[in-house]
Amino acid sequence: MNAPQPMTLKPQPQASGAVTPAAARAVNRARLLRNALPAVSLIVLLATIFIMQPRAMSYMGMNLMLNLAVPIALATIAQMLIITVNDLDLSLGSFISFVACVAATLLNDHPLLGCLALVGCVAVYALLGALIHIRQLPAIVVTLGMSFIWVGGAVLLLPAPGGSAPQWLQALVKIKTPLLPFAVVMCVVLAVAVHLFLMRSTWGVVLRGAGGNPLAIAKAGWSLLKIKVTLYAMAGTFGVLSGLFLVGLTTSADANMALRYTLLSIAGVILGGGEFTGGRVSPVGAVLGALTLVLAGSLLSFIRISPDWQIGAQGAILILVLALRTAVNRLEARPT
Amino acid sequence: MSTTQAPLVDLKGVGKRFGAVRALDSVDLMFQAGECLGLIGHNGAGKSTLMHILAGTLRADSGALLMAGADVRSGYSVQVARQHGIRCVFQELSLCPNLTVAENTRLMCPALRGFGWRRRAGALIVASLDSIFPGHGISPSAVIADLPIGQRQMVEIARAFTCVDEHLALVILDEPTSSLDARVAEQLLRHVRRYVEGGGCVVLISHILGEMLATCDRIAVMSDGCVVEVRAANAFTHASLVESMGSMAKAQAASQVFVSKRDSQTPVVNQRPARQRNQQTVAAWAGEIVGLAGLAGQGQSQWLVHLLRERVAKGLPVALVAGDRQTDGIFNLWSIAENITISSLAALKRGALIDPAAEQSMAAQWQQRMGIRTPDMNSPILSLSGGNQQKALFARALASDSDLILMDDPMRGVDVGTKREVYAIIKDEASRGRTFIWYTTELEELDHCDHIYVFRDGQTVADMARDQLSEAQVLRSSFQEEVA
Repeated sequence: MNAPQPMTLKPQPQASGAVTPAAARAVNRARLLRNALPAVSLIVLLATIFIMQPRAMSYMGMNLMLNLAVPIALATIAQMLIITVNDLDLSLGSFISFVACVAATLLNDHPLLGCLALVGCVAVYALLGALIHIRQLPAIVVTLGMSFIWVGGAVLLLPAPGGSAPQWLQALVKIKTPLLPFAVVMCVVLAVAVHLFLMRSTWGVVLRGAGGNPLAIAKAGWSLLKIKVTLYAMAGTFGVLSGLFLVGLTTSADANMALRYTLLSIAGVILGGGEFTGGRVSPVGAVLGALTLVLAGSLLSFIRISPDWQIGAQGAILILVLALRTAVNRLEARPT
Repeated sequence: MSTTQAPLVDLKGVGKRFGAVRALDSVDLMFQAGECLGLIGHNGAGKSTLMHILAGTLRADSGALLMAGADVRSGYSVQVARQHGIRCVFQELSLCPNLTVAENTRLMCPALRGFGWRRRAGALIVASLDSIFPGHGISPSAVIADLPIGQRQMVEIARAFTCVDEHLALVILDEPTSSLDARVAEQLLRHVRRYVEGGGCVVLISHILGEMLATCDRIAVMSDGCVVEVRAANAFTHASLVESMGSMAKAQAASQVFVSKRDSQTPVVNQRPARQRNQQTVAAWAGEIVGLAGLAGQGQSQWLVHLLRERVAKGLPVALVAGDRQTDGIFNLWSIAENITISSLAALKRGALIDPAAEQSMAAQWQQRMGIRTPDMNSPILSLSGGNQQKALFARALASDSDLILMDDPMRGVDVGTKREVYAIIKDEASRGRTFIWYTTELEELDHCDHIYVFRDGQTVADMARDQLSEAQVLRSSFQEEVA
């Protein structure tokens, strides 16, 4: 048989040898910086608030400021699961409003029927995932259409603001935990749990892989349909939790109460270091991003910016953080 | 070779069609444990299709896949292939760029689960990398997107050789050395020999002849969807390999007398490829059909796009017929007429608006000229068959006022009848003074060209007029030969 013999030298466009340690270190440093960015922006924001309003640095103060953080964090996680497979959910806000309306009416009056309706909501999300995958439809279009259906459903259930959240739900969201406010505990639990599932477990690897290179995942013998259905169903579950939490806090519902959650959740994912494509998401970052957005609102009230300007100022904060990230990304790209 | 052992896989009469194109035509091939089988052939010979069928990513239309004596063709899939120990490293990388090396390993090894799977997956892939590419310097926690292309290829190859609780019988390596440097490529080929001597089977596809002759035990030559020759590797030489690849013995169509059009003073195009290291340029004179040959992906498309950009930047007229019509050819949602007239809007204007009557008449004129088969030019472009869509793209380029037409492998997946019609139109247009630059991966299309440049590694390595054209010459230049 032929013995292997030395090959002729081939011209080589790209060096495929080992990367120099210095370059590798620079990449690592930039990556660390980028991963730390959501946490750093949150800490800077929190420090500013505490300096301007020292009384906020208490159990009560934190509780007041972060009261509404949990439903937004849950919505952000739901959006992040959809972004994992390069889709975008434009119906999330209206879905959460719908869930809140269901909770304030059906769930209060007929608990069993209400529970069934909520399970049905998750099933609808799973079906949407299947539809989007099988028909290869753009998720943006499908969810945009769905947003009108959810709002319509909410208006049918609750034509005028009102209703009442079940007592147990109101009691649940007002639990007083020792040391740290319930909202903070919930956010930490949420971030850690989703992180363990999506970033550390073997299922999480397959789910994220489907966002990075769907063809490779299919070639390795995994079903993309199952992956999409799983992620959409999970997103629906987190959306339901967000709606329940929200209505527990506000005690009554309104068909338009959570419409701005759609954009807030997308902004939260991106602020938290996630990207629209390529399966690059971070659950911890997403929760931090959601907290940043909530606190940005508080900060603006503390410095007495009129509510008319608040949305614009929130946008400015968003642009600032994203500009920082672009700068860090440039830093990362340079050595390679 | 001893044939005492039953073959691992025995393909009998395997055929595969893509629409009107026959990719594989009754292939018989046997894969034996303990040997490295080389697979060689020009583009479109069917190598990759055959390997996709073996790996379960494509289904064969006819024939039988015999494994351990049983036909497994019906219901064959990636999972079944993996159960039989078949792994594949395809040309296009199949790693997830957002995951780490260890996580990508896990995607292929479902048996890795439970607490500590990440550490075990890391240890597994590092062990495999160490045994194939000693001194690789790849960390299992590195994210794939951060690795240079060569290291990604190394991970992909190493991953194919890892296994947990599964048996590994046959590994397909499709152009594995294309992005590896010489030292690493040599490590890989040495590992292939070690693996084969340990009783495994490797199918190696490469266009570097020296590599094939030195590593393989047997070499199968494919041409036009058939296996035309299978011999022991040491029964082949460089020359005989090249010769058997071009075995489509056909009568030389030397009917027309070749007259070079390179008499006028200045060429229309005269440009050096970006990666060319000598002064050789690719040139085209008015009225000439210039062919760009060579294997796929050797820089022909890049050269065409570069030329296109330069002409557009200078404001010179130019038109391109795209080969990949789904991505950069047709406007999916537009009508046939709109798809044809888009390049000629300046000529169809009346005032600031498009004149619908002029648009319709131009569409009708080109429908007749190209023979586009449709009852109504205003129906959507997707109502046409692939071949007719391609005709519409030709019509778009020819209807423009450009005298230079670039063609980026435009006949991909087009049936023979359409091809003949289009060839005739190209020749006709060329005789009226238009210049064509035609990148093609099909050897017989070069017969229509006046002048041929063969590309390899982004450079043009051969330059011949039609009267000097021979298939063997094109193949010899396309495939890298050992210099020493």
